Formats: sequence, structure tokens, C-alpha cells
Amino acid sequence: MKSKSWFRRLALFFGFAFLYVPILSMVVYSFNNSRLVTVWDAADSPTLKWYRLLFSNEQMLSAAWLSIQVATVNATGAVILGTLAGLVLARFGPFKGRTLLSAMTTAPLVCPEVITGLSLLLLFVFMEQLIGWPQGRGFTTIVIAHITFSMAYVTVVVQSRLSTFDDSLEEAALDLGARPAKVFFRITLPLILPAILSGWLLAFTLSWDDLVISQFVAGPGSTTLPMVVFSKVRLGVSPDINALATIMVTIVGIGVILSSLYMRRQERRLALEMQLAKAEK
Amino acid sequence: MARSQVRQPPKPLIDTWGAGRLGLIFSLLYRFGPPRWSQYVRKNWAGRRLVVAAPYLWLFLFFAVPFIIVLKLSFSEVRLAMPPFAPLIEKVGDLAYALNVNLGNYAFLLSDALYVNSYLYSVKVAAISTVFCLLLGYPMSYAIARSTPTLRSLWLMLIILPFWTSFLLRVYAWVGLLKTDGLINQVLGLLSLGPFTMMYTDFAVYIGIVYSYLPFMILPLYSNLEKHDLTLLEASADLGAGPIKSFLRITLPLSASGIIAGSLLVFIPAVGEYVIPSLLGRSDQLMIGRVLTDEFFSNRDWPVASAVSTAMLLLLVVPIVLFQRYQNRELAGARK
Repeated sequence: MKSKSWFRRLALFFGFAFLYVPILSMVVYSFNNSRLVTVWDAADSPTLKWYRLLFSNEQMLSAAWLSIQVATVNATGAVILGTLAGLVLARFGPFKGRTLLSAMTTAPLVCPEVITGLSLLLLFVFMEQLIGWPQGRGFTTIVIAHITFSMAYVTVVVQSRLSTFDDSLEEAALDLGARPAKVFFRITLPLILPAILSGWLLAFTLSWDDLVISQFVAGPGSTTLPMVVFSKVRLGVSPDINALATIMVTIVGIGVILSSLYMRRQERRLALEMQLAKAEK
Repeated sequence: MARSQVRQPPKPLIDTWGAGRLGLIFSLLYRFGPPRWSQYVRKNWAGRRLVVAAPYLWLFLFFAVPFIIVLKLSFSEVRLAMPPFAPLIEKVGDLAYALNVNLGNYAFLLSDALYVNSYLYSVKVAAISTVFCLLLGYPMSYAIARSTPTLRSLWLMLIILPFWTSFLLRVYAWVGLLKTDGLINQVLGLLSLGPFTMMYTDFAVYIGIVYSYLPFMILPLYSNLEKHDLTLLEASADLGAGPIKSFLRITLPLSASGIIAGSLLVFIPAVGEYVIPSLLGRSDQLMIGRVLTDEFFSNRDWPVASAVSTAMLLLLVVPIVLFQRYQNRELAGARK
């Protein structure tokens, strides 16, 4: 197999160059003094003026604050519902309507966003006519729409985490007399905690990032950050967006590195505890 | 496991639960499904209903019902009112109701070349992008799956990292690269090539889709390739097959399910893609996602927009069902 290793290196090199050159170009040009994004103004760069411009943009800041609120509420809701759905699908065995539930949790993963957005908006319009709720569109409707599509991701993460364990620990706890709810909180929940955490982050990111569905279900006066960014970049390149991208890449980079270190430590501890438990037996 | 032999064999379920039409199938499923905890929960825990009901009701109300509304609306007639359509069942007199079922929206879709064209164009763009994604993603997944474990988790982290940053901003990055006076043309200019027109072409859309959806192609492929038994390749080398022949006869057929899953995960959302063609694509040829939003927001023709999305779903129903079957098999297979 040695002969093919140059090919594998080449594939990785080009693949990662393709993935990272655009991101790096945004980072570099965010420090460029020139308004023309493609001209590097060597005399006055690097500069932080696009960052200053970004932080003095009221519209952008209030949209970012709304996005953070939506994403936080969404992630929490999606984690609760998604964990329940994952638990049901992985542990409750067959029951009536299981097929429908599993279909409804995998379809949002691939369903084109325009369809989800349109159908949810129509639902909200109909509901307002029928029962008078939700009144108008805004924060609530965005959160509901986001929970609906992001809980599917949480479900998949939790379900696949649960299916890597058998239920012998839960069973042991039941044999020792714990009630099912207690079993869930004392045994199952700690076991799937890493999956729940990454599900929360995933749901947060999906919501923070979503443009199409928000555009459908948002009302006037509830503009999320992607909507502001989209209307700006549609008109052409603007350098303060590069600055925004740089900030986000930095935060995400740090976050991903920290969480992967944490996950790895958690995995090791879990593996060790499992081994110890087996050895004692 | 030794413990399971001590345990008493489970009672046949047919008399206790699910004795209906599907009772036998369920009891068979139960035999090979998760054992006693679920049985206990199924029988004895009242809270179980609540746990099932919460996600079920949510998804039913906010995912299934909206589709029914879309379907219903696609048969309505457009009206200048708010909401801008005629009700399906209309009260015309004291006890008289009129049923307004209208196939006109679908006839309109078929008769107007704009819609048929943009459907075909969307499928073409999505298919070509999927192929490019596979051509780039397969070698990468292969290389990652054959790396040492430490490097492997590093590579995987690097694949997933862009996925966590904003999709919109990553598409936007390509505007700066692909423009006529953009970075790529500047670099090519140093080699006295170009400049090429790349923005607002099909090529730019392919790039955008491949770039945004690459992780969705790589991850299922990787999880498939990682499980391969490498001794098969050794055996085929012993029997005199070259590396290319071994790849074509062993690795490629074994990775078929990963290829299918990754391709579906790219193809299905790409058909309805809205952001990428709006930022990078042609303005004379719209993709169907754009047609739908224009129809809804600009023309305020809700029934036609619903018909467009119903037709899109019909187009995607086969790939979506295929994907679901794959996904369920993966999740069930992980348990073994």
C-alpha cells in the first residue's frame, strides 16, 4: 500500500486547500485597508477599521443579539425534544407509529429549506386565522421553525450515541429498584451527555446560521443576523462582512478545539470506567 | 454475555401486547430488538406515553401538518385578498357549499416553460455538483480512513470545522475569489492566463454547492470506508491484482452504501438550494428554490408557490425515502 500514499497526501492537500483557502482569504482581507476587497493596500494594512465599522453598525448588532436569543432558546428546546425522540427511537422498542416518528425525524435533515419555510409560514397563517395564535410573526415563529428542523439533528446524534451502548446498565439500575425516570436521570443522561452537548451546539449553530427558513417565518421588525448579511452581500462585496467572518471563525475554531479536547477526555474516562466495572465483575 | 443466560426467557409477546395485525412482526422485531429495559418501560411506566407524545406531537403539528396545508393550498385559486387564495370549501348559501378544487396551478406549471426549465436546470445542477462532490470527497475520505488514528481525528475535526462556521459567509467568500478581478484571476494573471469570467455562471454554482456540502459527502463515506476489512485487499494483492484492480473490485463495491448516502445528502438539499445560486449563479436561469420564493414573495401567488413546492417534493420523494432507509439501517446496524 506504500505506493499509493503520495496519492492520499495529494487528495488531502487539495481537499483541505479547497476548504480553507476561501476562509483564510476572508481573514486576510478583513485587515485590508482598501475598500476594494481584491486590492491589497500594503501601505496602510493591516488595519482594524472594518472591525470598528462592524461594531458601530447598530442594525447589525441588534440583529446579532436577536440571533443569539433565538439560537439559545432554539437549542434548548431542540435538545429537550430531540433527546426524547432519540430515546424513544433507540430504547422504546417497536410501538405503533414508530415508523412515522422516525420518518418525521429524518425528513427535516434533507428536506429543502424553501419547502420547510413555506409550509411553516402557511401553518402559522392558518393557525392565526383559526385560533388567533401566533399573533403576527416574529421571535416565537422563528424559534418554533428552528426547533422543528434542528431537533432532527439532535435526535440523530442522541440516537446514534445511545445505540453504541446496550441497556445493561439501565437494566441493572431497574433490578436494584430505581424508577424509570430515575434511571434516565442517573444512568442514561450522564452516558449521553456528550451527545446532548454537541447536539445543543449543533442546534445553536444551525439556528444562528439559518437564512431561508427565517426569511419565510420572520415578520417585519424581527431581522436575524443572516438576513442582514444576505441583504448586504447581495449588493456586492463589503469588507466589514470579512471582519464578521473572521470573528466567527475565531470563536468557532476555539470552541471546536476545546470541545474536541473535552470529548476525548470524556471518552477516555468512560472507557476506563467501563473497563474497571468489567474487571470488578 | 453470561448475564443474559441467567435471565429468564421473555414471555411471548403476542398475548400481552400488539396482538393486532402486526403483532407477529412486532414480536419478531422485539426478539431481536433491545431487551428487557424497554419491555419494562413498555409495560409499567405511565410516563412513557408522555415521553413519546412530546416529540411526536411537535413534529406532527409543525412538520407533517404544514405539508398537508401546502398540498391543500396547491389546489386553491389565487385571489386578491389576505390571505390571497380561495378556500377549498366555500360557503355560498345558507346550506350550500362549493368545493373549489382547482388543478389550474399544476396545469400552469406544466404549460409555462419557465417552471419546467427551472426544474430540469435544478436537477442538472444538483446532479453535476453531486458528482464533483463525490470525485473530491471520495479520495479525501479514503485518505482519512487509512490514516493513523491520531491524524484521523485531526482530519475529521478539520472537515467538520468549516461546517460550524456560517454557511452564508462561506458562500460569500467565493464572491471575492471568483470575481473577474478576484483572487483566482489575479493568481492566474501572474501566470499570464485569463482573466476568466467565473462569477454568475453554472461553474460558480457547482463550486458553491461542492464547497458547502462537502462534509455531508465525506462523513458517511468515511464511516463506511473506515469499517472495511483491509485483509481483503491483502488477499487480492496476493492473488496478483494491482492496486487499481483491487480498488475497483473490492473497495468501490464495498463502499456503495456510503456513496449512495453521501450523494443523497448532497443531491436532495442542492435541488432546492436558494442562497448559493442567488449569490453566485446566473440571473437568466433560475433554480427552482428561487422560483418558489419569487412566486411567494414577489408575485404573492401562494397557490402557485405551493404547487411548485409540492411538485418539488414529488421529485424528491424517491431520494428522500431511499435516504431514510439507509439512515435507519445505519442506526440499527450500529447497535450490533
